[in-house]
Amino acid sequence: MTTASNFISIEGVSKTFGSIVAVDNVNIEISAGEFFSLLGPSGCGKTTLLRMLAGFESPSSGEIYIDGKAMSEIPPHQRPTNMVFQNYAIFPHLDVASNIAYGLRKDKLGKVEQNRLVKEALEMVKLPGYGKRRSNELSGGQLQRVALARALIKRPKVLLLDEPLGALDKKLREKMQFELRELQETVGITFIFVTHDQEEALTLSDRVAVMARGDVLQMDSPKQLYNHPVNVEVADFIGQMNFFDARVNSLQGEFAHLDTDVLGQIKLSNEDNQLHQDDQLILALRPEKIRLMNERTEVENTVKGRLNTSAYFGDRSHYYVSVEGIDKPIAVSGHDSKFTSDHNFERGSEVWLSWNENSLIVLPTN
Amino acid sequence: MKNVAYINRPNRPLFIYAILFLIFLYLPILFLPLFSFNEAIYIAFPIENWTLQWYRDMFNNEPMIAALLNSIKVGVVASVASTFLGVFGAKAVTRYHIPGRAPIVSVIMAPLVIPGIILGVALLILINRIGVPLSLYTITLGHILVCVPFSMATLMTRFEGFDKSFEEASADLGENAWWTFWRVTIPIVFPGIVASLLLCFIISFDEFILAFFLGGTDPTLPLFIWGQLRFPNRLPSVLALATCILVLSLVVVVISQYLVKREPDSDTP
Repeated sequence: MTTASNFISIEGVSKTFGSIVAVDNVNIEISAGEFFSLLGPSGCGKTTLLRMLAGFESPSSGEIYIDGKAMSEIPPHQRPTNMVFQNYAIFPHLDVASNIAYGLRKDKLGKVEQNRLVKEALEMVKLPGYGKRRSNELSGGQLQRVALARALIKRPKVLLLDEPLGALDKKLREKMQFELRELQETVGITFIFVTHDQEEALTLSDRVAVMARGDVLQMDSPKQLYNHPVNVEVADFIGQMNFFDARVNSLQGEFAHLDTDVLGQIKLSNEDNQLHQDDQLILALRPEKIRLMNERTEVENTVKGRLNTSAYFGDRSHYYVSVEGIDKPIAVSGHDSKFTSDHNFERGSEVWLSWNENSLIVLPTN
Repeated sequence: MKNVAYINRPNRPLFIYAILFLIFLYLPILFLPLFSFNEAIYIAFPIENWTLQWYRDMFNNEPMIAALLNSIKVGVVASVASTFLGVFGAKAVTRYHIPGRAPIVSVIMAPLVIPGIILGVALLILINRIGVPLSLYTITLGHILVCVPFSMATLMTRFEGFDKSFEEASADLGENAWWTFWRVTIPIVFPGIVASLLLCFIISFDEFILAFFLGGTDPTLPLFIWGQLRFPNRLPSVLALATCILVLSLVVVVISQYLVKREPDSDTP
């Protein structure tokens, strides 16, 4: 039986192409009505997994259940899924209305009823009056809306989206992200969204599975992923991150004292007794959790460096600070109001970095 | 010279070469229409009187009309049959993972490079062995054999040019393979089908060697023309006929090339 939390259940699914393992024993459960993202670099197996959900590829082993039904013997045209393709796959020989009505043939609706549904679908994706257009008369964003309408008119249990925003420019992409989320909340259908854009995955999803080399590295809410990545790979992939080597020097009640390569002595809470004497660790610190100063103002948790380069983004700036002891400069980011107004950071000038020890994320070494 | 991209700058020697090349290609052919308007029976300059007489004669020449109809029959059947085979063959080799795809394609394409005379002799021996009498049917079979590679080549470019996600989208929207084929595949490759029909028809229409070997008592048009060449006084009306065929072939080939070259994505059938 399915409950709300295992509406879709991917159980031990692997897919090999010859000697290449595209998906390696993946287990995922997705709730009904969830906006779920598969995130990872190209070649991580996310698209293969999505195509197995749609039925275009069959798992080498394992089974996919949708609403309690095993999918392996069910061909794509009988699955309760619909897909928005990466290139939208809008049929070039049909106009927009016929494209949207394509999947309704078997429903044997009257002309009037069908036209009404198509009109509704066009209104839903904000393209009223576009029924007579051809695919080559539409922009990328409009094609994407048609693809959405064509898939959603079938009232699928699951909507699969294969990097649907990849081809759009930044402004339009942000707009479509917002609309997509709004649409998902309106129709209440489970969305499974494939993307390599971590920002997009964080913005849109209820939960995200971060994939690499066919494996799911971490499956969590966007907040958890950002603030509590489970390993260096996830931490590196989601947002920007500074990494430091550390070793547990001594344990003192609820605290652990760590020696680090460049951050000096660090005192961390060890309430859950996860840290042990002489453990090798990696400490991760987000650029926006670091304060940049012209002078030393703190006593603890501070280190001296030299401003290497800076990158201006308008609303914020990134600074790269060389610190003695590591090759890679430390990334610092800050909103400009806080930074440049009362400070003058010139290239090559001496700066002080400081941080709160609660911002440090403890990760295992690989 | 200014305002012209480096790559587009005119090149005089190349231009002259192109002109010479075209003259070499088309001058001999242009003699046909020229002398078809000549009143004298013999092909010689200068042309003294112009006439349309040979064109009038052509329409009253009953054996010739019969041969023309034979050629049209053979051409229509051969082009439809080879395009039918070509559609499925092209879909198979472009869409499915067939082991040994490359050798299969080469075997299908082989009639393109096998000399017609060898094909003709081989088929004649085979058909005699089986004991089938030579007729327009045997010519048609031979023509299908030589047309299929052309049909395949035309349709394969069309199939390769269209994204298989269209077919996946159709399956995703609830259509099985059969309906996907009729609702998506055929409409998208349709210009290729038309091009293949035209091309195969033209190939069959002016094919001589196979028709010569495999023909019975009913001649096709090329066989008829060949027969007429023995009689000098009939030559001008052959020239008139050849001119008509030349113009028609040109039109058909241009149309088929246009259809093949069109982008699969910009179709409006």
